[in-house]
Amino acid sequence: MDSEKIIETTKLTKAFGDFKAVNEISFDVKKGEIFGFLGANGAGKSTAMKMLTGLLSPTSGEATVAGFDVFTQQEKIKKNIGYMSQKFSLYDDLSLLENIKFFGGIYGLSKEQLNERGNTMIERLGLSDVRNKLLKEVPLGWKQKIAFSVATLHQPKIVFLDEPTGGVDPITRRQFWEMIYEAADNGTTVFVTTHYMDEAEYCNRISMMVDGRIAGYGSPKELKSDFNSENMDEVFVKIARGENYKLQ
Amino acid sequence: MAVIEVKNLRKSYGEVKALKGISFDVKQNEIFGLIGPDGAGKSTLIRILNSLILSDEGHVSVMGKDPNKQYQYIRNHIGYMPGRFSLYEDLSVKENLEFFATIFGTTIKKSYNLIKDIYQQIEPFNDRKAGALSGGMKQKLALCSALIHYPKVLFLDEPTTGVDPVSRKEFWQIIKGLHQHNITIIVSTPYMDEADLCDRVALMNDGEILRIDTPQNVASSLGKTLYALETNEGNYKLIKALREYPYMDSVFPFGEKLHYTDQRENDISSELNSYLKDKGFSKISIERIASNTEDVFIRLMNNQKQ
Repeated sequence: MDSEKIIETTKLTKAFGDFKAVNEISFDVKKGEIFGFLGANGAGKSTAMKMLTGLLSPTSGEATVAGFDVFTQQEKIKKNIGYMSQKFSLYDDLSLLENIKFFGGIYGLSKEQLNERGNTMIERLGLSDVRNKLLKEVPLGWKQKIAFSVATLHQPKIVFLDEPTGGVDPITRRQFWEMIYEAADNGTTVFVTTHYMDEAEYCNRISMMVDGRIAGYGSPKELKSDFNSENMDEVFVKIARGENYKLQ
Repeated sequence: MAVIEVKNLRKSYGEVKALKGISFDVKQNEIFGLIGPDGAGKSTLIRILNSLILSDEGHVSVMGKDPNKQYQYIRNHIGYMPGRFSLYEDLSVKENLEFFATIFGTTIKKSYNLIKDIYQQIEPFNDRKAGALSGGMKQKLALCSALIHYPKVLFLDEPTTGVDPVSRKEFWQIIKGLHQHNITIIVSTPYMDEADLCDRVALMNDGEILRIDTPQNVASSLGKTLYALETNEGNYKLIKALREYPYMDSVFPFGEKLHYTDQRENDISSELNSYLKDKGFSKISIERIASNTEDVFIRLMNNQKQ
């Protein structure tokens, strides 16, 4: 794994009035890493993600994403990252290929790039025969693949995945994770949130937020041994309940 | 005695077959889990049982009544907590509860014994508007409202979806607590590990029930020897190598390890070990393990597709 840092934060903070939704978090994500961003509901994950994706200005601290500053270069961040959420916003009435081209166009790809990358992508996904099917006619697993492809078509250094597998069947969920592995293998950095604790184990490293702070940070193996736990589910419960509170 | 009986139930939305002829029953005082992903038909089933939508075909009986005809009786005697928060956001906690109590001709006081354990956690926020509650508190309020008329049967549609592992555990403790009040509970979830918390479960996918049994029996019904594999190389390379192994039956990631089944019946640990060694893997760990609900679900889903 390359040691280049794609995300680097130091004491990054977001306050709403007196309430610190994100309270001095410091962590880094390396190139090609699959980084799991975990936390209880309301722990500050979404707020932190919004700052890292250039949607929300921080109150204090420092952070860069893909080499750009989260205070001053938010527009550059947006152009240089990929983003996919659970409710992926593709168009039901466009075909698979049209969806890819539409979003690629928004990211500023040229017509040649769109044709070339769009077709390569469709082929790689094994969806060549159905490229002209409307999105609403295809199974969820395919939509998910398309959504991921759309988020990475402009070849960002990092892609943010916000609960990408919620409610998805166990087979499709695993196929999706293979796409993530493949992307990471090709050098794309993956930043992912999930409530499935077995998926947390698929990550190279994870951080876990509790009450606006990072209360656990390391590889799944390290965390399991630090918190004397059999699996990540146990680690999560122990960290969230404040046992063995281990600050970075 | 069966509180719910379903025989050959079918429901379509246009061309989409949401339920393809399912049959099962739920016994008095059971916690019965509907386990499956989005699109399995769980919500459709719950809505038919609690009389909100009509079935196309088949026999359904809830507490001995037909939801298509005797819906008034059913609605008076069931509690329903839908997947999406559907209380009045502009009313306070207490106003919401009083509203639902009044509709059912009862009072908070009369139901207090049943809802006490849950209500006490939100009672300090009695005057707060429901819309301003946290996700966990909204859920507790919704559950109190669903219980306000002392229902005999309680339907919980994905109460733990999108909820973090700690809050999920807390919610299941509440469900277990309701058990002692002699309420039959039908609960749906996409989280396979929650099957273990039910008395019996129906694994659902694509409008069909793949299996109905106790969670213990479901988990042990894989019918194959299951191995957990780990090497020094990371799972992505290991999956690829195992897919090329001619005796491979199935392989998929599971937590930090891979779960693997082989086409051969005998213990293949040593053969597999030398195959992986030849492929350049080291620190190979191959362990025979007990299967769980998710292993079985994956297998049944694959069979269903074929």
